[in-house]
Order: sequence, then C-alpha cells, then structure tokens
Amino acid sequence: MANNESIKKTIIVTLLLCLVCSVIVSVTAILLRPIQNANKTLDFKRNILMVSGLYQEGMNVEQTFTQQITPKVVDLKTGLFSDAVDPASYDQRAAAKDPAASIELSEEQDIAKIGRRENYSVVYFVVENGQIKTIVLPVKGYGLWSTLYGFIALKADANTVDSIIYYQHAETPGLGGEVDNPKWRALWANKEIYGADANVALRVIKGHVDAAAPNAKHQVDGLAGATLTSKGVDNMVQFWLGENGYKNFLNHLKSGAATL
Amino acid sequence: MKTKELLFDPVFKNNPIALQILGICSALAVTNSLKSTLVMCIGLTLVTAFSNLFVSMVRNHAPNSIRIIIQMTIIGTLVILVDQVLKAVVYDISKQMSVFIGLIMTNCIVMGRAEAFAMKNPPWESFLDGLGNGLGYSAILFAMAVIRELFGSGKWFGVEILPLVTDGGWYVPNGLLLLAPSAFFIIGFLIWGLRTWKTSQQEKDQFFIAPNTKKGAH
Repeated sequence: MANNESIKKTIIVTLLLCLVCSVIVSVTAILLRPIQNANKTLDFKRNILMVSGLYQEGMNVEQTFTQQITPKVVDLKTGLFSDAVDPASYDQRAAAKDPAASIELSEEQDIAKIGRRENYSVVYFVVENGQIKTIVLPVKGYGLWSTLYGFIALKADANTVDSIIYYQHAETPGLGGEVDNPKWRALWANKEIYGADANVALRVIKGHVDAAAPNAKHQVDGLAGATLTSKGVDNMVQFWLGENGYKNFLNHLKSGAATL
Repeated sequence: MKTKELLFDPVFKNNPIALQILGICSALAVTNSLKSTLVMCIGLTLVTAFSNLFVSMVRNHAPNSIRIIIQMTIIGTLVILVDQVLKAVVYDISKQMSVFIGLIMTNCIVMGRAEAFAMKNPPWESFLDGLGNGLGYSAILFAMAVIRELFGSGKWFGVEILPLVTDGGWYVPNGLLLLAPSAFFIIGFLIWGLRTWKTSQQEKDQFFIAPNTKKGAH
C-alpha cells in the first residue's frame, strides 16, 4: 500500500470523495424534486383548507380545494383585484425576489424583515351562497431563525380573525415552534384587527392577555420562551395588515369597491 | 465474529443507548409518537449501516489526518439522501421530524461506529455492525415510544387504545410523557432493568462516598 499520509494522496482522496458525494447529492435532489414539489403544493392547499376550517382527516384535498376555494389576485398597491397574473401559475415567492415584480421596502417600512414585497398577492376566499365567508391572506416574516410562512383567515367583516396557521418555518421546536400548537392558534379566533382609529391594533403581547382589559379583543398571548418568534409574528401582523400589506384591499372589500 | 453476534449483540449485550449511553438526544426528541420513532429508527439504521459500509471500503485509502472529515462527508451525504427521500415519500412525517433527520448526522452512534469499528474491519462485517447498532437503538426507542404514546396520548401509531376523557372516554392522559424529560425516566428504568437482568453490565462505583462523621467523635 502506498503511503497514505503524503500530501498528494490526501488531496486526491479529498477531491475524489467530495466529487462522488456531491454528484450523489445533486442527482438525488434533482430526481426527487418533482415529487417533493407536488407534495409541497398539496401541503400548501391543505393548509389553506385547515386555516379556513374546511379540512377533515382523509379528505381529498385537491378536489375540495378546487370546489370550495376561490383564489383571487390582489394588486397590493391599489388594493383592488387584478387580472395581471394567473393565480394558478403565479409564483409568489419568486415574484417577491424579482425586482420587476416587487418593490423594495425601506428600513422603516420593512417591519417584517422581508426586504422586498411582491406587487401581487394571491388571496383565497371561501364563498357560500354568493357571500364571502372567509378571507385567507398569505403572510410571511422573519422570526428568530427563519422566515415563517403562513396564512391568516379573516371572517366576512374583514376585521375579525378566524384562524392563523404556519405551514413553513424553522423555529426552535418546543419554543418558537409552538406557533404550530393548536392551543396557541385557537387564541387568535375572534380577535379584532383594526382599532377605532382604523390602524392595526392587533398585537402579540408578552405574557398572558388579561381578559378584563379593554384591549383584550386586540391582544394575543406571546409564546413563553420565544420572545423573538412572538415578536416576528407581531411584526408580520403589523406589516401585512398595514398600509403596505392588505389594509387598502380590506378597506375596499368593506366599502364594496372590490367585489368578487 | 459471526453474523449473529454482530447483528444481535448490540441489542441487549452492548446496547448503544443503554450501555454506551450514545444517541440520547434523538431518543428524547422523537419518542413521543410511534410513527416518528419508526421513521427515525429506519433512517438511523440505514445511515449507520451504509456509513459503516462506505467508511470501511475507503478505510485503507483514508489518510489518518483527514479520516474524521472523510467519515463526516460520507455520513452527511447519506443523511441528505435520507432527508430528500423522506420529503418525497412521506412529506407529512418529514415535516414533523423537522430538524431531527438532519441531526442524525451528529448522532454519536453513527460516528462512533464508523471510527471504532468500520475503520478497522472489512466492509461486510462493518455493514452488519451498523445494522446491529441501528437495531439496538431502535429496540430502546420503540420500548420508550410504546410507553410514551400509550400513556401520553392514549394511542399507538395514532390509533386509540385508551379512550381519552376529552373524547368522552375514561383515561386522563399524562402530559409529562409527551415532554422530553419523561424520556429520561424511562431510559433510566430501562437501563436499571437491563443491568439487573444482565449483571455483567453493572459498572463498579468510581467514587466512594466518605463517611462524614469521624470515628469516636461521640
């Protein structure tokens, strides 16, 4: 056996090993990507059904989604519906990174720490007998370790929260990861977003909400041991329901300027 | 060594968790449900077996100065493979497992076997050793998950065994069993049981507690 300890041998072994390993990893990643993407889309749809309260274990997600959910494109600048993009093929995440399809947020505007905001967002509606029942708004924002992606579902009045869900994040399991906890998520039901001055009044506070406090209907408990994740959720609410988010659109929806 | 010894010694005689006290972190993390335990055990067993196989195959060409890095690269590649396959095949579970699959990489059992066994033994034996240690790990994890899921949420594999009070049954679930600390108690009891049964595993005290009263003080 040749000398294993020579510099030449060390470099050759390293290069060969790295080459073989990287080929294996990239080939697997590329081969499996179509299946993974299909899973992701299905999971995305399932989360929309879950947040709008339509999901039941074992149901056909694809079919229920097509039948019960109406996706609509909203121009975030004007706050009106738009036909500029097709909701089925629009890649919102890619748009948020594309300078032509998004705007840069100034430090002051960028409460949720997302850098850029896409010009169009796909909003999902549950419609019953021609009336809007639930409005599902996609939201995202930075927590402690990761960007959290989720949905906030509002009731027909466009002011009362129905539910919240996160479908992708990498927060600490057990602490920030508790954003997935059904008990915490249930705290959001029936909270009201806008205060008397028409600004976002909904906050995630530190500790428990005092049910007797006058602001209790605008407050949600923070997560214990996850101050920065709670702050991230709070920032997300402030941003996406505020001026640069869906506020114009929700106002138009309330006044009737935007109809399905 | 014989195939049988290589495969089954690590289950009771030389268990990676109960005797070597390795791989405790993931044992605490995933054992609150049998489903994630099963996925974790399959993942870890495959990674240990194949990393042992490949490390053993390159062992005669591995320069000593970078052998740990070589092991890590091989293990890392295998862990990414497992993660990618899980994302494609069982998306829900892979989402639940979040970081824990990635953390197989840092599991002491995998590195431990690669360094202690595969670097010195031929590929087939190393493969079996990896498989055996995976089985030993799985045996302990399953024993824990069976207890934790049954008494923590009244279920096995998500199927109701003890009807919960919240669903109109009679069983009040013990929330402690769903939290990681409960796994410490269960591991403790398992080790106690195992060492009572196989007394050769008992370790001698390394320290003696000195009496704190002097002779003739009273």
